[in-house]
Amino acid sequence: MAAAAIHFTLNGRPVALEARPERLLLWALRGEQGLTGTKYGCGVGACGACTVLVDGRATRSCVTTLAEVERREVVTIEGVARNGGLHPLQQAFIDHGALQCGYCTPGMVLTAHALLAATPHPAREAIAAAMEHQLCRCGAHQRILAAIESVAAGAERSP
Amino acid sequence: MSEPRGLSRREFFRLAGGGILVCVGCAALPSLAQNRWPRYPEDVDAYLLIGADGRVAVFSGKVEMGQGVMTSLAQMAAEELGVDLGSIDMVLGDTDRCPWDMGTFGSMTTRMFGPALRAAAAEARSVLTGLAAARLAVSPDRLSVRTGIVSVKDAPSRHVSYAELARGQRLLRRVDAATVLKAAADFEVMGRPAMRLDARAKVTGEAKYAADMRLPGQLYARILRPPVHRAQLQSVDTSGAEAVGGVTVVRRDDLVAVLHADPQRAGEALAALRAQWQLPQEAGPDQDGIFEHLAKSGAALTESAHRGDVLAARPRAARVFESTYHKGYVAHAPLEPHAALAEVSAGRATVWASTQTPFPTRDHIAHALGLAPEAVRVITPFLGGGFGGKSADRQAVEAARLAQLCGRPVQVAWDRSEEFFFDRFDPAAVVTIVSGVDAGRRAAFWDFTGYGAGERGTAHVYDIPDLRIRCGGGMSYEQSPAPQQLHPFEVGPWRAPGANMNVFAIESQMDIMAAACGSDPLEFRLRHLSDARMRAVLEAAAAGFGWQAAAAPSGRGCGIACATDAGSYVAACAEVAVDPAQGGVRVLRVVCAEDLGIVVNPEGARMQIEGGVTMGLGYALSEELHFRGGDILDRNFGSYHLPRFSAVPRIEAILVRNDGLAPQGGGEPPITIVGAVIANAVFDATGARQLRLPMTPERVLAGIAAAKLHGS
Ligand code: FES
Ligand code: FES
Repeated sequence: MAAAAIHFTLNGRPVALEARPERLLLWALRGEQGLTGTKYGCGVGACGACTVLVDGRATRSCVTTLAEVERREVVTIEGVARNGGLHPLQQAFIDHGALQCGYCTPGMVLTAHALLAATPHPAREAIAAAMEHQLCRCGAHQRILAAIESVAAGAERSP
Repeated sequence: MSEPRGLSRREFFRLAGGGILVCVGCAALPSLAQNRWPRYPEDVDAYLLIGADGRVAVFSGKVEMGQGVMTSLAQMAAEELGVDLGSIDMVLGDTDRCPWDMGTFGSMTTRMFGPALRAAAAEARSVLTGLAAARLAVSPDRLSVRTGIVSVKDAPSRHVSYAELARGQRLLRRVDAATVLKAAADFEVMGRPAMRLDARAKVTGEAKYAADMRLPGQLYARILRPPVHRAQLQSVDTSGAEAVGGVTVVRRDDLVAVLHADPQRAGEALAALRAQWQLPQEAGPDQDGIFEHLAKSGAALTESAHRGDVLAARPRAARVFESTYHKGYVAHAPLEPHAALAEVSAGRATVWASTQTPFPTRDHIAHALGLAPEAVRVITPFLGGGFGGKSADRQAVEAARLAQLCGRPVQVAWDRSEEFFFDRFDPAAVVTIVSGVDAGRRAAFWDFTGYGAGERGTAHVYDIPDLRIRCGGGMSYEQSPAPQQLHPFEVGPWRAPGANMNVFAIESQMDIMAAACGSDPLEFRLRHLSDARMRAVLEAAAAGFGWQAAAAPSGRGCGIACATDAGSYVAACAEVAVDPAQGGVRVLRVVCAEDLGIVVNPEGARMQIEGGVTMGLGYALSEELHFRGGDILDRNFGSYHLPRFSAVPRIEAILVRNDGLAPQGGGEPPITIVGAVIANAVFDATGARQLRLPMTPERVLAGIAAAKLHGS
């Protein structure tokens, strides 16, 4: 299809991209937007490494077209920090050592972000269920759960 | 004092304001030379540079792939040098800036490189103390160092900082004599949990991996791949691909690629290529036929251990047990697929690559491009997991060749299908153990024969009088038949290569004997163990778990296993629940104890234990490659099942203190016992012995049915 201007909000600022509507969000983010914190892991929606927030919901950018985010709000890992400080989830991942190679981490943080926005105080089982389709090969799972639990239990929570 | 190599001299003279450079070669470290894996070149070098700003740069050819060496190496340098962890800058895996290194694998960074780095740091501290003594006009033994400040012990107001001492200096030192390292009792940085130095960059998305590197004008390449291994390209029609706007098509010998400024367009062009392939004559074995294929391969057996006479011992044994164990191929499946960005211009190549072996990769690229190795620079950004699977570098060579052909920077980033297809899998393996017990319920003999997995993990710590260990068809390319003849596709090192399978077989067999003797599996092991380190980890795991003595099968679902690997000792207890109707195994709890000598970063060591146990659940329960000859059927995570959150139990890591021993390997040992400990727990739950990995629900159900039939 021919290129047209596609408008959406990216990490709080408006963007207009001249692109084919079927262009995948993942490549637009990693390409001209320079937001390489969003990772490619499988390309078929099976691993969660490419997760971003679209209107606050965890969304796999490798299977999401630009047409689908038209006029929506997209947040990537680069956009979750607050006023120069880390988001509580980011801090909790550091404090709990909830990462090894770190390749799954942006997707993990954003999926947890969406979970806590919808359910501020989930039980451990609910956290595990929400994270079930985010893959981590290094085996950081136990610490990822602990990090998310600590934020869920704390007073501070996602906006 | 000998001169360091050219590259460190360059680094040194680039310094503004002066500095002190300390190098160490392994000749200075006899203990290291003994520990060396003899097949590799005798060369472990470390460089360390103290700048006039007081910052310390550590240069190492090792790479950070999640195992935490960026942090643990910095801790070692900070400890010996007497500076804060925060003043260390790590420069890793850059072939222009770092000393030569064979690669990051085999849990060798801490064991082998660590002593060299510590020696360099200790030497730097003594040089600086000497300079301070001259500056402060006192003898060096009256000085002490803290956080990079040298002060007079009884007059602390008289002090001078490392930064001041380095300023204006042009000092090169090479460590020639064996250096005295700090004793564990004096540690201030080592042995204490340190937060990962890379954590912040990784939670903010700033951390760069090879596919994240960008150069102006770069193209994204997609490469034509054969449908199955060993297929021959006959013809290719590129007209469809050329019709994609902005595409470049490259064809050179076996390399057919389409390149575009947008990776998605490159993918569309790839899909438009029309290729004809000549397929191999025979399909070859699949995941069930492979074991017979291996056993019939005629692989020569090499004896790696021999004690007494097993053949004479066998008829004397009161009971004899013969079991054959199987394991399929397992993928590395790092979450980051292989990627590289290459730029070739003016007779020089620079390649950012996800590789565990930057220096060998540099040489391969140089060879492929017809350049001298010095004209090639390989830089390894963070790796998104390696596990042995990134010891190859096909993607880096591909990117370099394409960049040379196109005259523009080229990124090659494999998609998940390519990542599975070109994986060098953990090999399928068959192990047969014949063992026996005497009338006194003691193990009498042990006859181990393995095909496919190699020798690692076969060495025994149990006291058994007559013993023989023979292996064939391992991963060595010197053997006959070579791995490429034995297997339908490439195999290679996978986290603790071969040990997962070998320990599974050994520790299952020990359990079989314990059960036949009516003995508690822990007690049975201890009865055959005089090795104090193994006893200690077994006892620590059992105590942490709350192990209750009982002969298996007790119906409770508790198992135990132990092993030694990479200089470390490790033991685990696990509790499982088996669904009798569906055969599913749920792991409820794992307690894993490890003695890895001096622990550099306890938090990092615990992470490696948890990570190893979690990853090990995959090869134990769900991971097995499906294939038909060279046709790799699993190409993504939909059919190849990694451990997920729901599968992960509570894991408790126990570090067994052993400060009398230099730091040993930590990244691999814990994973080696996971198959065994789960299999033993499944037996305890069901009374059915699992002899094949992974223990899928179907196999567990079949095992239960067979056990019922035999009434055992
Ligand atoms: S890359 Fe999108 S889910 Fe795996
Ligand atoms: S930390 Fe490596 S994949 Fe999760």
